[in-house]
Amino acid sequence: MNDVFQLSVIAGILTSAIRLATPYLYAAIGETFSQRSGVVNLGVDGIMLIGAYASFYIVLITGNIWLGLLAAIIAGLLMGLLMSLISVTLKAEQGISGIGLYMFGLGLSSLLFKTTIGTVKTVTGFQSVKIPLLGDIPVVGKIFFDHSLLVYGAFLLIPLAWWVLEKTTWGLQIKSVGQNPAAADSLGVNVDRMRYTSVCIGAILAGIAGASLSISLLNLFQENLTAGQGFIAVALVYFGNWKPQGILWGALLFSTVNAFQLWMQVLGVKIPSDIAIMLPYVLTIAALAVATNRVRQPAALNKPFERGES
Amino acid sequence: MLPVKEGKAVRSSHRLRWASPFFNALLPLAGMLLALLIGAVMLLILKVNPLTAYGEMVAGALGSVSGITQTLVKATPLLLVGLGICIAFRASVINIGGEGQIIVGAIAATWFALTFRTWPGWLLVPSTLLVGFASGALWGFIPGILKARLRVNEILTTVMMNAIALQLMNLLIRSVLMDPAGITSGTYLAQSERLPEQAWLTRLIPQTLLNTGTLIAVGLAVVVYIFLWRTTIGYRIRAVGLNPDAARFSGINVPFNQALSLTLAGGFAGIAGAIEVMGVQHRLLEGITSGYGFSGIVAALFGGLHPIGTIPAAILFGGLLVGGDKMQRAVQVPNSLIDAILGLVVLFVVGSSLWSQRWAARRQMDAIKHQEEQA
Repeated sequence: MNDVFQLSVIAGILTSAIRLATPYLYAAIGETFSQRSGVVNLGVDGIMLIGAYASFYIVLITGNIWLGLLAAIIAGLLMGLLMSLISVTLKAEQGISGIGLYMFGLGLSSLLFKTTIGTVKTVTGFQSVKIPLLGDIPVVGKIFFDHSLLVYGAFLLIPLAWWVLEKTTWGLQIKSVGQNPAAADSLGVNVDRMRYTSVCIGAILAGIAGASLSISLLNLFQENLTAGQGFIAVALVYFGNWKPQGILWGALLFSTVNAFQLWMQVLGVKIPSDIAIMLPYVLTIAALAVATNRVRQPAALNKPFERGES
Repeated sequence: MLPVKEGKAVRSSHRLRWASPFFNALLPLAGMLLALLIGAVMLLILKVNPLTAYGEMVAGALGSVSGITQTLVKATPLLLVGLGICIAFRASVINIGGEGQIIVGAIAATWFALTFRTWPGWLLVPSTLLVGFASGALWGFIPGILKARLRVNEILTTVMMNAIALQLMNLLIRSVLMDPAGITSGTYLAQSERLPEQAWLTRLIPQTLLNTGTLIAVGLAVVVYIFLWRTTIGYRIRAVGLNPDAARFSGINVPFNQALSLTLAGGFAGIAGAIEVMGVQHRLLEGITSGYGFSGIVAALFGGLHPIGTIPAAILFGGLLVGGDKMQRAVQVPNSLIDAILGLVVLFVVGSSLWSQRWAARRQMDAIKHQEEQA
């Protein structure tokens, strides 16, 4: 009997881990596009908040989850355009621009939440869709094949992002403007346009990451819903060495630690919740310290590009 | 005069990011106006008259003695965090960890003042401030040493240190630092015991929160100015930020100076935490940072990353925060609006640095032309 209990707990932790990895995956893959093109976008958390709010509000008033997702995409795109304008066109210091974007997103989402929703409400978001046959496998089916569409989407994004970055000309162009913008420019690649596109792809995915919290995993919105998950997503990009497959393992590591922490609280294991919440952040610092490998970092990361500058 | 050799002077002027003080003071103001304008549009969408709302804001922050003192009280932590930001940003290190550094400064100051409550005030006050500085410095040292030794991105680590400090405070004020009175009376409020009176900072005006902490902050602004511009270490820190390669070639230890600047930045935020506890709240409680760690960055950027320039900038943003609270009460607009506006100010101020650089370059070009004409 005890063994069954153990197995069910482990299965529960793994199921939660797969679900909780979703926002990290969307946001970190998006940030990979942005950073591969040479732009560090630290405003991911702010974009996630705006995306989470927009999708939640639309689902609350229309009841249509697809319109909600669309709202997150549009909100993400607008935030991406703002970030590109400041960091690409105006060539501002990227780190500080990102913090400005984060503060703006945090303030605006709180303002809109207080004025249009007011109290914490819940919606019916994306429901679990069991995949036929695969979902019927005992234990494994429950862990991997009984999730909402946004969760599946996050995991399908990994091979897709890998394919785009490694196998397409367009992916090569993105990487070239992040590696050597002057050379890319001389070969006729429009550096600013590539960076705009990459930052906006990143921001749209960050918006979807927010939506995955507010209309799929939690089905609610409150002030500072993301609680810094966007920053962890940026850290995952460094941790994963700017590669989609690396990000997958990083995201799963984090979500597993988080799921473990949540389940320990559910099971009443006596760890103060503050220490449990602290864990992922301590882990992030440790992971960064171990994994930071500057050799693979895009060479022009964090450097605005101006023609005629050597 | 200027070195006049073809376009070389112009190219080197690109490095002079913080040149042309007049223009640098004007651009942030323009950015601020633009941000307030966008804020006005948001207010219109919320069906609130922007003039009424902003009027309430100004009146709330400056229209009374209590408003002005509150503005100065809020400006104090902004200035202290901003001073740290000036040092760090001048060394090209971005410190987002103000929130966490304030919190650990406040925790350590609370613990110290309560533990050594029998000490006389003349000894307890300075040593508590020093403990606040040291603990904030430690919180800045960790990301600093990680950056110096392992090249770990300091922006990410400082953000993580914020989250860790917050949970640490939540843990402590519910356990070892919890007010014994709250435990005996059964309220279990998440706050510490009241500090002994001799650890309090003197109130400057009776019936207000204004305390000597504000004077300490202004004094430290002068100290930081002298440190950055009149000492060798300060010169090295600035050299690292202006051109790390040149600094390295001239024998300056770049990682060491970057770690040092982050440590000092943490120390100043730590003092801010200690002053919040000793001068304003007289105990440690949740929400002690009120977001000063982030708004302090805005103040420093707005002040042109100059310690003296940060003084008026901190007062301006202190006023904005106080006014925002008053506006919330008067016209029922959530003060999150102010947070959004602060974010826009950051975006516009850093976005405008391109123009200040180009303007500096053009000025240099004009000077060259002028000299050529004379020759």
